[in-house]
Amino acid sequence: MATETPGAAAASSCVGPDGSAIGMPQLCFDWWPNQIFWLILALLAIFFVLSRIALPRIASVLAERQGTITNDIAAAEDLKRKAADAEKAYEKALADARTEAQKIAQQTRDEIKTELDAAMAKADSEIAEKTKGSEQRISEIRASAMENVEIVAKDTAEAIVQALGTTADSSQVNAAVDNQLKG
Amino acid sequence: MATETHGAEGAAHGEGGLVFHPMDQFIVKPLFGNGEVGLFTVTNVTLWMVIAVLCITALMVWGTSRRAIIPGRTQSVAELAYGFIYKMVEDVTGKDAVKYFPYVMTLFMFIVFSNFLGLIPMAFTLTSHFAVTVVLALAVFLSVTVLGFVLHGTKFLGLFWPTSAPLPLRPVLAVIELISYFVRPVSHSIRLGGNLMAGHAVIKVFAGFAALAAVSPLSILGITAMYGLEVMVAFIQAYVFTILTCVYLKDALHPNH
Repeated sequence: MATETPGAAAASSCVGPDGSAIGMPQLCFDWWPNQIFWLILALLAIFFVLSRIALPRIASVLAERQGTITNDIAAAEDLKRKAADAEKAYEKALADARTEAQKIAQQTRDEIKTELDAAMAKADSEIAEKTKGSEQRISEIRASAMENVEIVAKDTAEAIVQALGTTADSSQVNAAVDNQLKG
Repeated sequence: MATETHGAEGAAHGEGGLVFHPMDQFIVKPLFGNGEVGLFTVTNVTLWMVIAVLCITALMVWGTSRRAIIPGRTQSVAELAYGFIYKMVEDVTGKDAVKYFPYVMTLFMFIVFSNFLGLIPMAFTLTSHFAVTVVLALAVFLSVTVLGFVLHGTKFLGLFWPTSAPLPLRPVLAVIELISYFVRPVSHSIRLGGNLMAGHAVIKVFAGFAALAAVSPLSILGITAMYGLEVMVAFIQAYVFTILTCVYLKDALHPNH
């Protein structure tokens, strides 16, 4: 720095006539009082600025931040607990609803079963009744059919006997037909 | 030293353009006029002291003026510096030492800013001057010693009388302890000043070689590497000075362990 501007530093016991240092400028004690004077002023200024303004301010900012963080964590904890509670309540409601639904379903199923059973019994009895009637009618029909066969057989037999040229005694014919039908 | 280097190198290379004035950057000179450097003369030292104070104020006061809960960039750096030194004082010196935190912080901020401002090309490096580092180290040494005697009275001398050692060894250890105690301000100040001065001088020497076209790429590479190293040194030396201050302070507060 001094090289470029020779003469800026006055020639003294520490600076040669060409403006460059003689020996170590650090050991030029002519300059020490000046350096020490300004150093002490600078240190006092820095100390004043730091201890009066900067450090308390930063300390308060850090404390405030710590407080905010603690509060936020507490709030988050609270919200988390609330969320957990809400979830629990929701789960409980869900479980309740499920059991209720199951109960209702079971009830409905039971009701339907009873109704179904009743309907089945009724249908069964109706069917049985109908079967009975039908059997009766079938037996009636069968009986009347037998009767008709008998009449037809007797008439036919009489007609055959007549066709053979003999007069048939109807009672005799009837007796013979009955006898044949039984046999 | 500079003239010797100049003569030797100039003769070795036989080049008129090759000049080495690695120590000229440390010359203290008045800002206005060419007078003598008196006690109150406004010099380049004053200029860079003022710049350092302004930079520290800018970072620590202006940077934190918004007091934001979510810090911006400058506030983050200020808080980082605060937290770094606060934790150092708390960890190294103890919880009861946090009342000395502003002093330690003042030292650290001044040194770290002087170191880094000195890395600006053409800047004057305050902490490369023993006048500065000796005052800093002596201030630490004297205040720590006074504090030790004020807090513990003559018990503070127990620092030099290791009761854990066998009795015949104690006088020998006491002498060693005493010497090491009084060497503290010397090593404390020379370490910082020497590191800074050497680094800056070496950069200047490399820069001097750049005048030779053949070696200038090498020289520029050397300057770059040295500069990188100096950036590290700038922080590490500030850190070392501060942590040693904390260690010495711990001795004053708890001389028995």
